[in-house]
Amino acid sequence: MKRSKWALPYFIFLVLFVLLPLIIIAVYAFRATDGTFTMSNISAFFTKPTIVKTFWRSMEIAVENTLICLLIGYPVAFILADKNLNKSAFTAILFILPMWINALMRTIATAEIFHAAGLPLGRGSLLFGMAYDYLPFMIYPIYTVLNKMDKSYSEAARDLGASSFKAFTKVTLPLSLPGIMSGIMMVFMPTVSTFAVAEILTRNKIQLFGSLINEQFNNMMWGQGAALSLIMLVIVGLTTLLPTGEAEETEGGTI
Amino acid sequence: MTYTGKKIISQAYLWFVLALLYAPIIFIGIFSFTEAKSMGNWTGFTTQLYTNLFTGSGRSTSALIQAIQTTLIIALVAAAAATLLGTLAAIGIYNMRGKRKKTIEFMNNIPLVNPDIITGVSLFLLFTLLHFTQGYLSVIIAHITFCTPYVVLNVIPRLTQMNPNIYEAALDLGAKPGLALRKVLLPELYPGMLTGFILAFTMSLDDFAVTFFTRGSVGLETLSTYIYADSRKGGLTPELKPLMTIIFLLILVVLIIVNIRTIKNNKTK
Repeated sequence: MKRSKWALPYFIFLVLFVLLPLIIIAVYAFRATDGTFTMSNISAFFTKPTIVKTFWRSMEIAVENTLICLLIGYPVAFILADKNLNKSAFTAILFILPMWINALMRTIATAEIFHAAGLPLGRGSLLFGMAYDYLPFMIYPIYTVLNKMDKSYSEAARDLGASSFKAFTKVTLPLSLPGIMSGIMMVFMPTVSTFAVAEILTRNKIQLFGSLINEQFNNMMWGQGAALSLIMLVIVGLTTLLPTGEAEETEGGTI
Repeated sequence: MTYTGKKIISQAYLWFVLALLYAPIIFIGIFSFTEAKSMGNWTGFTTQLYTNLFTGSGRSTSALIQAIQTTLIIALVAAAAATLLGTLAAIGIYNMRGKRKKTIEFMNNIPLVNPDIITGVSLFLLFTLLHFTQGYLSVIIAHITFCTPYVVLNVIPRLTQMNPNIYEAALDLGAKPGLALRKVLLPELYPGMLTGFILAFTMSLDDFAVTFFTRGSVGLETLSTYIYADSRKGGLTPELKPLMTIIFLLILVVLIIVNIRTIKNNKTK
């Protein structure tokens, strides 16, 4: 079939601007400034205290942020998807509306609110601001899955004598796992890799892994920066291997 | 618990989270009516900032307006190119089988899961190595890379839903491939292309990290990089506050209109 050739321009584009750049990152990660092979950029990740510390700190903050988003977001998605608790579809849209305002601007405003309230900028403001930025990314996939779920399953569990709590933990929650997984994916990695958001929310007090990469490139330390990027890529690759069910769904819906 | 009790608690919870989500936006809105540089500092009611924004007066308003124009041009060009490239690719992928299909689908997913800082850094290295002058063109190319997957993923479902025989029938009845494409294929794919375009456009508008690394040193500023530079200097251009307020209200109005129309359509069905 000739029409399969229509994908050729995009294929070439992907090779040139997606694959090749990633290969370049890998090359630079193992390249010393004089062009010879080196492992020192990679080994710095395991030995250099500032890098090790920053890495674990960002992992910690990313886990905390993901948990906060999940704990706040799941009930929201649940209520939005329940026709008895929430009748208006417009409420669901209200939750994604803030995303159309420039993320940095919203972040600055969050920092200013903390400032105006006399609260210190640090871990607290960072977690608050991040949860605020990423909450819609958690709510939306869970909402989509819950919305499509056949309600008769949990009704059947109730009819067969399960308490509403049990019907939720044994039926609804497991069935919504794909949504939870894609929500976690959409919140976790961006949290690790962000740098501007952390800078603004903590006035540079707390550095995340993304800020570290940015700093390496700013200081022309391309090899070190590439090595850290490569490590982040490997982590991203590993997280995509997690069982996500039908997480890849990107049906637009009515936005 | 009674049912109404549950409902009241649920609604209260929703509105509480919404209040938190909207607090910064409302904060921006309120302080767009006072001239103080830092938010949270009220120096009396004035609409001066709005006037500055529309007349281009004010210390850095012209730079801000320039940044808005750049952002819009990049987003429009990148989204249009991504829609064209992605639609062609979707048709191609739909007609592929086996390993080749798997490969290109996998590659299409890379920009989606890639953290934007990695996309930015990797393209920065590529452009630098190729001695490609970084500026408008490099930023647009970079935006196309992370925009196109959204178009592809929104057009493919339209293809799977449509009856493949319609296109073949058009060809059999003597339509040239170009005509069959315009009269048969495109109308079927149009909703997917539109969703893809809108997604691509908003992703491009909101991007910071990729632009930051690929814009080079020619002084190209989009709204995001402009705001970032401003925040590093310590003083936000005050006219940003009315700008964000206007953008927010515009989107709110558009959404309300769209929703009233869909509700009406659903009722007449």
